[in-house]
Amino acid sequence: MAEQVCGPENDQPLLVAEGLGKNYGRLIACRDVSFALYPGEVLAIVGESGSGKTTLLQLLSAQLAASAGRVSYRMRDGVLRDLASLGEAERRFLFRTDWGYVHQDPAQGLRMAVSAGANVGERLMAVGWNHYGRIRDTASSWLERVEIDVGRIDDAPRTYSGGMRQRLQIARNLVTEPRLVFMDEPTGGLDVSVQARLLDLMRNLVSELGLAAIVVTHDLAVARLLSHRVMVMKGGRVIETGLTDQVLDDPREPYTQLLVSSILPA
Amino acid sequence: MTAMIDIANAEKTFTMHLQGGVELPVVRCVSFHVEPGECVVLSGPSGAGKSSILKMMFGNYRCDGGRIGIRHQGAMMDLAKAEPRQVLSVRRATIGYVSQFLRAVPRVATIDVVAEPLIANGVARPEAREKAGALLHRLNIPERLWALPPSTFSGGEQQRVNIARGFISDLPILLLDEPTASLDAANRAVVVELIDQKKRQGVAMVAIVHDDEIRRLIADRIVDVTSFAAAA
Repeated sequence: MAEQVCGPENDQPLLVAEGLGKNYGRLIACRDVSFALYPGEVLAIVGESGSGKTTLLQLLSAQLAASAGRVSYRMRDGVLRDLASLGEAERRFLFRTDWGYVHQDPAQGLRMAVSAGANVGERLMAVGWNHYGRIRDTASSWLERVEIDVGRIDDAPRTYSGGMRQRLQIARNLVTEPRLVFMDEPTGGLDVSVQARLLDLMRNLVSELGLAAIVVTHDLAVARLLSHRVMVMKGGRVIETGLTDQVLDDPREPYTQLLVSSILPA
Repeated sequence: MTAMIDIANAEKTFTMHLQGGVELPVVRCVSFHVEPGECVVLSGPSGAGKSSILKMMFGNYRCDGGRIGIRHQGAMMDLAKAEPRQVLSVRRATIGYVSQFLRAVPRVATIDVVAEPLIANGVARPEAREKAGALLHRLNIPERLWALPPSTFSGGEQQRVNIARGFISDLPILLLDEPTASLDAANRAVVVELIDQKKRQGVAMVAIVHDDEIRRLIADRIVDVTSFAAAA
């Protein structure tokens, strides 16, 4: 399948954030964030710890209620809906099917004590699949796609290495063919060689499936490899945004220049 | 006007915030145009801003003023004011860029690095790989290396992989940043041939080359970048 970035169906945004903000009492975690994400587009949110990027990701994925502004999402019927106005059934549909959420710590996104096959199959059963053989076949083919030996399908992820767990978490998320995937530091905590493999895998899957993704990372190399566009956050605000290679090669804001110049040469 | 590229009064200044906000003017009043089938070579000493101009034309550097007109899908558009999505669309359908150095994903095989731009444009994988193989062969990269990632290759081999990747698509505009810098005579000749072929197909090209011999062979016109010098 080819990358689907142009084409008339992609002229309308999939997700729109308008004036989004979150305070905890007087503490401002994130404020006045506005952007539109289009189908097939990968957006990276970068910034150091405490810059508000994870709060923003939680606001965008309706896990946290906003103090200001709103997030709208184009449902499969083509209508853009305010996430705060969705009913419970619609929210469940988003979480179980149309969205994926890849946590930094795979233990948060997986059920560590049940088999790998069940971890992937569970998302399918949640959307009404009930044929055991078909669920198992689909789970095996996804394990293969994320380069996990199918012989390990009946093992629980607690017997897996960190890199394998993260790949399993990705398979679990993508099996329902979501249109949008949120990722919170997906390569954090992994060895460099394991990171490279995971990045390459994610990059191919995103482009083959024409997925839109919002990736939070403090690692500019991850942003460069995975994303089309980048937003730089500092102190809860978006201070610079643009095409990824443009922001990284020609950073304009003092803080972005500092981030870019802080990368150690390999 | 049939120009593929029409640049008027483009300018670029870097502001170095980490060095106390020093302003580093690079170029100003950059104006030239390129017709289909023409190769314009930018000349001038190192530091004159040749690469910066090329990077602005690819949307990699921001343009601080003026206009970078690019004929994209039948109409002129101003890349200096384009949205990120439009720049990506221009890169997919209109402008190819051969940089000085290859920047590849660690684990990807050479043949796939080369085939990738075609696949991104919807060409079937087997066809894209076949075309990639033909180009690699022409650039004297032995077949036993095609399945390996290029990160372990020599400088000259990496540059040839980079050239193959840049030349594989049939894009109407090609930007070349020292495409022959670390190549031997035989491979330089191949690149000159590839450029000639692109000219015959009507591709508009802008190149930076330091080698006088190569410049003489490929340049239809020379634009002297020192005339755009921004320093007072």
